[in-house]
Amino acid sequence: MKIFVCVKHVPDTAANVKLVDGNSFDDSVKFVVNPYDEYAIEEAVQIKKDRGGEIIIVTLGIGQALSTVRSALAMGADRGIHIKTDEMIVDTMTTVEAIKKAIEEDGGADLVLMGKQSVDCENMQTPYYLAQALGFPVATDVVNLSLEKDQAVVESDQGNSEMAIMELDLPCVIGATKGLNEPRYPKLPDILKAKRKPVKEFALQDLVPEKPVDRASIVSLEAVPEKGQATLLEGSVTEAVGKLVEIFREKKLI
Amino acid sequence: MSYIGVLIETKDKKAKKSNFGIITAACSDGSSDVCALMFDDSAVDNKEILEQYGITKIIEISSEQADLNTSPDLKAQALVGTMKTLDIKGLVGLSSPAGRDLLTRTATLLNVPSALDCIGVDFSDHTVLKSHFSGKAIARLKLEGDYFICGIRPNTIEAVEKSGNAEIVSHKPEISGKPGVKIREIKKASSGSVDLTEADIIISGGRAMESTEGFKILSECAEVLGAGVGASRAAVDAGFVPHSMQVGQTGKTVSPKLYIGCGISGAVQHFAGMKTSKVIVAINTDKDAPILGKCDYGIIGDLFEVVPALTQALKG
Ligand SMILES: Cc1cc2nc3c(=O)[nH]c(=O)nc-3n(C[C@H](O)[C@H](O)[C@H](O)COP(=O)(O)OP(=O)(O)OC[C@H]3O[C@@H](n4cnc5c(N)ncnc54)[C@H](O)[C@@H]3O)c2cc1C
Ligand SMILES: Nc1ncnc2c1ncn2[C@@H]1O[C@H](COP(=O)(O)O)[C@@H](O)[C@H]1O
Repeated sequence: MKIFVCVKHVPDTAANVKLVDGNSFDDSVKFVVNPYDEYAIEEAVQIKKDRGGEIIIVTLGIGQALSTVRSALAMGADRGIHIKTDEMIVDTMTTVEAIKKAIEEDGGADLVLMGKQSVDCENMQTPYYLAQALGFPVATDVVNLSLEKDQAVVESDQGNSEMAIMELDLPCVIGATKGLNEPRYPKLPDILKAKRKPVKEFALQDLVPEKPVDRASIVSLEAVPEKGQATLLEGSVTEAVGKLVEIFREKKLI
Repeated sequence: MSYIGVLIETKDKKAKKSNFGIITAACSDGSSDVCALMFDDSAVDNKEILEQYGITKIIEISSEQADLNTSPDLKAQALVGTMKTLDIKGLVGLSSPAGRDLLTRTATLLNVPSALDCIGVDFSDHTVLKSHFSGKAIARLKLEGDYFICGIRPNTIEAVEKSGNAEIVSHKPEISGKPGVKIREIKKASSGSVDLTEADIIISGGRAMESTEGFKILSECAEVLGAGVGASRAAVDAGFVPHSMQVGQTGKTVSPKLYIGCGISGAVQHFAGMKTSKVIVAINTDKDAPILGKCDYGIIGDLFEVVPALTQALKG
């Protein structure tokens, strides 16, 4: 089984991201494998252990994103494809067009695993657009995946403790989320081994000479001001909660 | 004149309250009429309430060719068919799991960009506002394309009443092909709890709640407040409460009027899910807890004393 895993190079959620030029951000912060993509990688590794096959990581990102490809390889993937861009943020439709071309160029996929969301752009939609481009069915928010003969059966979290059990014809695209598995921490020998695994490079322009006309472009990107220091309600417990209830009434919150 | 369609989400055949703010957002455009799009046969039951917010047409979409409720991709196909026939150029809905799924499937079929979890929308220039970097930044995105499709975070746009009359029409679009995805069944783990994304007030507990038992004091307070009960990831990971109660990056995104965080330190990933709450209150023993540096009101104290006292004060 040939499994592609889409992995995004993203700033650590705890990092203090500095915005630049009103539509981009500074690359000097700590970057990590997009947390949701770790579930996708782990799932691929487990599937491969069960039924054999090959795992290929696909990352579209800046030059440094190679480190993210290597981290994914250290978790047990076989080889990587790095689609290099200069821009820090690339819209979904361009990203999908490039990833689709890379997958097709590589001979096609039996299964595509991805995260349900990137923690930088929070689009929550790349799996859908990629599935449409490849002509595959898609399910996201997946917390359980089992492969049968020619279909995948998944459990998708619908919120409010509801799980949808869905059947998808293979090949398909799966958007992973927390609960699917426990991603492993690579050990030193795996990290060293990952350095020697092959990574094929493309420039975004090679795969997508012209950007799609219909797309989402960033008009502006602004920091959200924090609320600032809280007004502390002092006094005894009774006094403090008394003041709080008064504020609730004043502000018509209750 | 073209239409803006609003996907209406129902619970037990009643339109959820959080739909109304989305209708208001769609009506703010002025240059298009706003229609409601429904997939169950509840148009008649909801006509009056939808009219109150400015809906002039309710379109009931159904199919005899396929079971739309078990085939998400055919449901999207039906929606595309409806949009094309009835000249619906804008499509908005709640950015809930169901809303996100249908909106995005529809956008991919139309081959246009879309945006989810928006906290602002402008129909005149097809721009939206949405969070980036766990709520640390807001991006204004322009969506280029013949159709404008977005999902809006529940409770971020205040509903405004507007009188009007709505006609009900039913539409049965042509559907072709086999579904690639089928819903076999929906499993419900637990029930009875308030849908957090719908709640006006949320009281949440963190690691400091210590146990499932500990959350009882929050439920008691929530009952008096008419609030929903939420939790941090630490409380969920420790097994105190189910994941459906988790607020934050890997949990629910909520925008209540009032959010009370009890024994929650205020990690970025928690804030990512509740930052757009209007008023945030923290109850914490540690005056240096990060949450107190970025909220409205704080009480320094042991939540096991403060929360029951608050419940009492609210009753009084
Ligand atoms: C990719 C990623 C995604 C994440 N997603 C989420 C998410 O969706 N939601 C989420 O919440 N977190 C998420 N986290 C985890 C987050 O970083 C924090 O670890 C978590 O929010 C901490 O939970 P907490 O505040 O309950 O616990 P702690 O950080 O341990 O804080 C406990 C607080 O309780 C206070 N306290 C202790 N005893 C008492 C008492 N008796 N009375 C009052 N106060 C008391 C302490 O002073 C402290 O401030 C995520 C992390 C990562 C890396
Ligand atoms: N630039 C990228 N390179 C590789 N995978 C990506 C990229 N952008 C998004 N993805 C994948 O799409 C998922 C959803 O991302 P998003 O739609 O941006 O929230 C991520 O979890 C990744 O698996």
